[in-house]
Amino acid sequence: MTSITTGFVRTDLLPPQPAPRENASILGWVRANLLATPKDALLTVLAVALLLWTVPGMLNWLFFDAVWTGADRTACLTGAQGGVQPNGWTGACWAFVGERFEQFMFGRYPIDERWRPMLVAALFSLLLIPILIPKVPYKGWNALALFVVFPILAFFILHGGFFVFQEVETPLWGGLMVTLILSFVGIAVSLPVGILLALGRRSQMPVIRTLCVVFIEVIRGVPLITVLFMANVMLPLFLPTGWTIDNFLRALIGVALFASAYMAEVVRGGLQAIPKGQYEGADSLGLSYWQKTRLIIMPQALKLVIPGIVNTFIGLFKDTSLVSIIGMFDLLGIVQLNFTDINWITPVTPSTGLIFAGFVFWLFCFGMSRYSAFMERHLDTGHK
Amino acid sequence: MTDHAEAAPPDGRSLASYIYNPKFRGLFFQVLTLAITLFVGWWIFDNTTENLARSNTASGYQFLNGRAGFDIGQSLIPYTSDSTYGRAIFVGFLNTLLVASVGIVTATVIGFIIGLGRLSRNWLIAKLCTVYVEVFRNIPVLLVIFFFYKGVLGALPQVRDSLELPFSMFLNNRGLAFPKPVWGDGAILVPIALLLAVIAALAVAQWAKARQAATGRQFRTARTAFALLIGLPILGFLIAGMPLTFDYPVAGRFNLTGGSVVAPEFVALYLALSFYTASFIAETIRAGIKGVPKGQTEAASALGLQPSNTTRLVVVPQALRIIIPPLTSQYLNLTKNSSLGIAIGFPELVATGGTTMNQTGQAIEVVSIWLAVYLSISIATSLFMNWFNAKMALVER
Repeated sequence: MTSITTGFVRTDLLPPQPAPRENASILGWVRANLLATPKDALLTVLAVALLLWTVPGMLNWLFFDAVWTGADRTACLTGAQGGVQPNGWTGACWAFVGERFEQFMFGRYPIDERWRPMLVAALFSLLLIPILIPKVPYKGWNALALFVVFPILAFFILHGGFFVFQEVETPLWGGLMVTLILSFVGIAVSLPVGILLALGRRSQMPVIRTLCVVFIEVIRGVPLITVLFMANVMLPLFLPTGWTIDNFLRALIGVALFASAYMAEVVRGGLQAIPKGQYEGADSLGLSYWQKTRLIIMPQALKLVIPGIVNTFIGLFKDTSLVSIIGMFDLLGIVQLNFTDINWITPVTPSTGLIFAGFVFWLFCFGMSRYSAFMERHLDTGHK
Repeated sequence: MTDHAEAAPPDGRSLASYIYNPKFRGLFFQVLTLAITLFVGWWIFDNTTENLARSNTASGYQFLNGRAGFDIGQSLIPYTSDSTYGRAIFVGFLNTLLVASVGIVTATVIGFIIGLGRLSRNWLIAKLCTVYVEVFRNIPVLLVIFFFYKGVLGALPQVRDSLELPFSMFLNNRGLAFPKPVWGDGAILVPIALLLAVIAALAVAQWAKARQAATGRQFRTARTAFALLIGLPILGFLIAGMPLTFDYPVAGRFNLTGGSVVAPEFVALYLALSFYTASFIAETIRAGIKGVPKGQTEAASALGLQPSNTTRLVVVPQALRIIIPPLTSQYLNLTKNSSLGIAIGFPELVATGGTTMNQTGQAIEVVSIWLAVYLSISIATSLFMNWFNAKMALVER
């Protein structure tokens, strides 16, 4: 046997290679991500110029030149307009938002009774937070409490009319409270009704299918504002003489009908994505239609369309602002109403109020979309 | 002790077999649903007729011939307060179409730019576009409209201090005044030439396609069509002897006279709808382009296609297939959102209809007109898009 004599054996390790250029330093990252090609460099320069042109002015207007405290409009008016600011001044009038904050939240709800909406809000958070955290148990009971018990309880607390609760009529409700009530009821109604409509649209029974298709397509084909007008002016005509229907309830019905039609289409998308084998498998196990739907189809279908469902929720939340057109004072409506308030009429009031309302809407919608992204990752089982 | 066979009716089927028969059950539930629907429908009809009789409102569409008596700020066709309600509603309908069509074009352009920007390798551009999308997607469109309205109106000067722009245009808080083109004799030649150009361009496209299929030789269809569409109308214009003059707006002490005016309400609604919808279109575009499998780009590079050709010939045609259906629904959303012009007083269909409804009390008739118009727009668009989609869809074996 001949032994192979090895000529060379490396005994020391190779030196580590330098990190890729874009991870090595900030400069490397800038070169890779901002200045990769001449075209990129040009775009970067343009973008920086745009930022330099807009951002400082925006920050000045919003924060540095803004008025933070003040009792009335003189704080936000220039000397020439009869106020205290130097001539040529412009900036946000946060004093206006600060003074009217409670009104923006509760509308014209009596001041002494405002603990009631606060109580409802606290109850709502208490029920909502555990349902949003996946690990907390008793989801079924929690959902029952949130979607069935809570709305009834909340209505009695807010509307009152019995022992310690003085009656507060719905025209006095307003602000963010109304926006939240409308969207919560819209969401709570639209999901079950939407599921039923989607099932109806895929049903084998022609009468039920036709009714569902007509409802869904008519509602989806027209703008929300016409649905609201319809609920507002036509519902009273449809009811027997002498019956009255609360304005708030009319808007609720309009919003819920509208959201249901959109939800139905989202759910239908999920139903269509379920392979036929799932239906056949359930049938071969001898499950009834409702068992099959509840235990096999819906859990998979709804999971698939979570982004769509949340998008519908976000759309619904934004669309509730339209009720201000039919004379209700939701957040946008009450902010608008205050533009004509003699105490706060200034050139900067509308912009300030609209930016504030926009920020509140944005917070809610952005939060919902982030949560939906989180849920999507959480429920992702890795197979499709 | 009871045997099922004993209880069976003479025809050999038990009662239970009817209850559990899916066909029979289906029929039963459908008849039940139909009965309930008909009953509710009848109940509503009955209540409505009674309510209308009580309030002495005549039903029917005769009111459309009555004198409207209200003014409309912006109209594409001649309209005065002496015109009929029907004409007022028609003016609103035309305004809806106008703002929707210009809004759709602008929103598509902005949406494409932002959507492609989000996919850019340039970090700063991608982040800026993301911020744009996240801001506009998460606030109500009504708020955007108000913001543009207050912003545009609030910042513009009074009529006296109108800003003078080039080409005799004036900008003030009553809108943008610009020279009105007045067409003279023979101007009809221009649209005729344009029509001819369209036909010629289509014919060239067909011929080029057939030739490429037969011989493989390509033809620069796009350039030819462009030249035809621009050149022929200009030729027609020159042949007719340039029959175009302008009616210039003239600044008076209190008002501008002459010219055409675009109302600030229109500008606000148009800009708001464009910027708002663009954020949704951008997401559609991004999803479409990301939806093209990476293997397609790699295969194109492997075949030796240039990056620009890869985009034009491989990625975009496949991305369009994904983009078109959601893009259609965004266009429809924009059209429907144009109804929010009522909030800032832009006279579109819902606004003129709403005024009519308040004046005449004909709620059902006006709502039915709204439904009919919006549903026709929706259905026409979906039909067209279904046809287009079928043409574009992947043809598989």
